[in-house]
Amino acid sequence: MEKIPILRMGDFLLVTIQVDMHDRLAIGLQDDLTNAISQTGARGVLIDISSLEMVDSFIGRMLANIAAMSRVLDAQTVVVGMQPAVAITLVELGLPLPGIRTALNVDAGMELLRAAIAPESYGRSAYDRGLQ
Amino acid sequence: MTVASSESVRLTSETDVVTVRRRVREVAALLGFSLVDQTKLVTAASELARNNLIYGGGGEMLVEVLNGPRTGLRLSFRDQGPGIPDIGLAMKDGFTTGSGLGLGLGGAKRLVSEFDIWSKPGEGTRVTVTKWK
Amino acid sequence: MATASSKEATARGLKEIITNSRESLAGDWIREMSEGVRRGDLMRENELRSQCDRFLQVFVDAIDVGGTNTKTAAWDTVRAFLAEISASRATQGFTTSETATFVFSLKRPLFDRIQKEYGNDSQSIARELWTTTLLLDTLGLYTAEVYAKAREGVIMRQQEEMLELSTPVVKLWDRILALPLIGTLDSARTQVVMENLLQSIVQTNSKIAIIDITGVPTVDTVVAQHLLKTITAARLMGADCIVSGIRPQIAQTIVHLGINLLDINTKANLSDAFAMALQKTGSSVVRNPLSQ
Repeated sequence: MEKIPILRMGDFLLVTIQVDMHDRLAIGLQDDLTNAISQTGARGVLIDISSLEMVDSFIGRMLANIAAMSRVLDAQTVVVGMQPAVAITLVELGLPLPGIRTALNVDAGMELLRAAIAPESYGRSAYDRGLQ
Repeated sequence: MTVASSESVRLTSETDVVTVRRRVREVAALLGFSLVDQTKLVTAASELARNNLIYGGGGEMLVEVLNGPRTGLRLSFRDQGPGIPDIGLAMKDGFTTGSGLGLGLGGAKRLVSEFDIWSKPGEGTRVTVTKWK
Repeated sequence: MATASSKEATARGLKEIITNSRESLAGDWIREMSEGVRRGDLMRENELRSQCDRFLQVFVDAIDVGGTNTKTAAWDTVRAFLAEISASRATQGFTTSETATFVFSLKRPLFDRIQKEYGNDSQSIARELWTTTLLLDTLGLYTAEVYAKAREGVIMRQQEEMLELSTPVVKLWDRILALPLIGTLDSARTQVVMENLLQSIVQTNSKIAIIDITGVPTVDTVVAQHLLKTITAARLMGADCIVSGIRPQIAQTIVHLGINLLDINTKANLSDAFAMALQKTGSSVVRNPLSQ
């Protein structure tokens, strides 16, 4: 059964979603990530959706779930690379995606994660400046 | 307005939802819909195909290309499931009998030009959406 | 009433007539086209002449293989040629009738020669003329249809270009974009503009987009909603927006419409917005002691 690979980069976990996901694959990713965070003690999760040409309510819910579960496990989640057409559609669909931080790309996402995870070393202001 | 072509995609398992997305994207792109409109169509189709599978027990999606003063794409999702007792309620955002957010119907409606739904408890449900270019 | 064999006779007859007097036929044809159809301002004489020559060539070839039934594959080359010159006339600015008359004006020169060919045989003449006119009518109408479609395409492209030109997205600084909106916004224009903005955000890797509406006199509900949706979409993508230049009237409309602006950064003018954007992206401007 296919799985979406989870890469470990230091303190962070990186997931790049490149395939059109059917529901079971999405649920599998949720489970795998939760396990991975637990096992590695990762402090941050970066989900790269720059290849996703569509995000419907199920996938949106999956992202929200991942963010919520990570938080419980003391990790921050950032979703990066949402395509404009996808963003416009999500807004029209009325999907709020609560509690999900976003960034334009992996680099910006990493910056966000580092600032969010270690506000003491980066200066509380970075976090408070509303970088989301 | 005439139906220039029509094809049917069966909906029996969740991988069929992926097929639905792919096929709708292909046809919409061929017809020259903008990228945003293509995405809206594919997203609406994904929502409705899933509803069809999960709540309706599966069925089929009919894809029709409409020719006339304007070009359009019409998608119909039919199932022979239990039906929806209160359509008005089901269309409201946030309503769900399952574990989802229930944004399926109301959300899908906002993504298309025309939305039509027929349902009879015990007989089935048919949701038809149309998007004009 | 044309039977199969009489149609064949027509086909052979036409082919001969054209082949035997091609040069003079082309000359008469061009002379038949009025100044209005020739459009010397849009097309040079020798280009028109080569189009006529080419048409006669493919026309004869098609008759040779496929007879007078334009629906057969033998006539594909003729159709392709007509489609080509129609489409180019559409871009050059010819009108529909000027384009279709390219074909129709071939009738009289051809009829003259048919009459000469058959002398007193009025039955043959009638039959030939009828078949020929049907043939040229079909081709002329086809030309008009292709022209119409091509024209629509040209107009749509021009509209898109105008929309893009009228609302350029400006890169103010590293990771900061500005979209100065000017004039009244309608729903369609706003949507296009907003989609462009989101696309630019990705392309320029910008974290902040300043939407300046100093030049927008009024904003209605629809436009306000588009603006809000765009800002929400930008956030989903990982960028933030600042709206600047909100006039008092627009501020009133917004409050009146019950739109919640608490979530959105607003600044009185573009330069204040720029300063805020610089701060948010971690940049600062330093005055060099050596400059004035």
